[in-house]
Amino acid sequence: MKHIKTLTKSKLTDNLNNKGCGECQTSCQSACKTSCTVGNQKCENN
Amino acid sequence: MVHVFKLNDVNAAVDTNSGSVHILDDITYDLLKEDSFKDKYKLEKLSDKYTKENINEALKEIQYLIDNKMLYSEEVILKNKIKPVFKALCLNVAHDCNLKCDYCFASQGDFGGKRCLMPFEVGKKAFDFLIQNSGNRRNLEVDFFGGEPLMNFDTVKRLVEYGRKIEKEKNKNFRFTITTNGVLLDDDKIDYINKNFVNVVLSLDGRKEINDNMRKTVNNQGSYDIIVKNFQNIVNKRNGETYFARGTFTNKNLDFTNDVKHMRDLGFKSISIEPVVTDPQEEYALREEHIEVIKKEYEKLALEYLKSRKKEDKRFSFFHFNIDLNDGPCLYKKSVGCGAGTEYIAVTPEGHIYPCHQFVGNEDFIMGDVDEGIIDPKIYNMFSGVSVNSKEKCKNCWAKYYCSGGCHANAYNFNHDINEPFDIACELEKKRIECSIMIKAKEECMNDN
Repeated sequence: MKHIKTLTKSKLTDNLNNKGCGECQTSCQSACKTSCTVGNQKCENN
Repeated sequence: MVHVFKLNDVNAAVDTNSGSVHILDDITYDLLKEDSFKDKYKLEKLSDKYTKENINEALKEIQYLIDNKMLYSEEVILKNKIKPVFKALCLNVAHDCNLKCDYCFASQGDFGGKRCLMPFEVGKKAFDFLIQNSGNRRNLEVDFFGGEPLMNFDTVKRLVEYGRKIEKEKNKNFRFTITTNGVLLDDDKIDYINKNFVNVVLSLDGRKEINDNMRKTVNNQGSYDIIVKNFQNIVNKRNGETYFARGTFTNKNLDFTNDVKHMRDLGFKSISIEPVVTDPQEEYALREEHIEVIKKEYEKLALEYLKSRKKEDKRFSFFHFNIDLNDGPCLYKKSVGCGAGTEYIAVTPEGHIYPCHQFVGNEDFIMGDVDEGIIDPKIYNMFSGVSVNSKEKCKNCWAKYYCSGGCHANAYNFNHDINEPFDIACELEKKRIECSIMIKAKEECMNDN
């Protein structure tokens, strides 16, 4: 595409059957302890 | 739902429901902004600015993304597949502190109660409770917290040993972290922590005068000169393992980019700085009138971050800019958020269980104790019923799958309702996400060149 460049390689809705294992880290255990940011946690399944 | 924005000469569009992020040229930005491409009158106006051929070409690309569900995609409401079992513990091993920081949400360590240390037996029961209530979940997290956890380090060590022993028997994997003010960090503790803890959070606010203005010793002296060398020592010996130098900013240092730069120059490469959470009446509180200044400061920090990527010795990571656009959490996780009260609990030295560390001290939120387990289904149910799609303010927010509904404690403290997010936190979170996307776009361009 000439006008648009997509940064993401997959969609949140892809392969939902294989998601939701719940093994990922709890967000507040990382660094914030006050301001919730879930988007930068890692998926343990990848 | 599509959010279109412009930052530091990057035009971007976020398709909330699919999580797709697109970098736009000027034509597609103009077409998508305020849904102009859907409006005949606005489209006509754009033909003064761009050629018809270019507009048609751009419209085709937009249509391609719509057809492929990467733009204006429909909402998928999930039935919650993650069975909420407990997997993370904030263990308040010391309700006491050897600093008395002005802004401390734990009331200088005691959370409004009496000063005390957690006995080993209470910690052991908390571990047992976690294991018994973690179902098939293998990875279990324990953050040793306080007050100041190093004031009870013998108990911390005994608990780590206990965890290592039972994890094998129970087929679990404990991940230990610790959050410390650094005052008692000596070589022995550093070696032990570096050997046993997957992450350490080191509390430092940045420049000496900023740090010392808030983070004081019991004798009212600044703590900077005591803690910085200890933190440098632990980080130098950490061998690449995760850590965060973590600061808090107040209205006294709205120029917090300078604090991040200072921490970087001290040798800390993994940095987080968080907005203070306090009563708006406090002199140093962040209030509505500070929002625009803070947003500008995040933009400044993002530019500094990008500048630093070009020089090896200046490079640092900033917690809130680490958004992972490709391998981040799944939609299930993004819908339910932090898991306070359902996956994550805090335990006090007396053995009381709270939904998270931020609620400790508010007795209305005691969910139970480690002897009897969860005894108040009312609180458990209150937290398990919350998701981004249950909160009115979140439902139509473009950023909902990045913050996942925000901090329940912030919502409760400011609006007395965990379903009512705290507006200032929302505004700042959205700006941090825009900055992160701008950074990703710039880095992508650097890779292309």
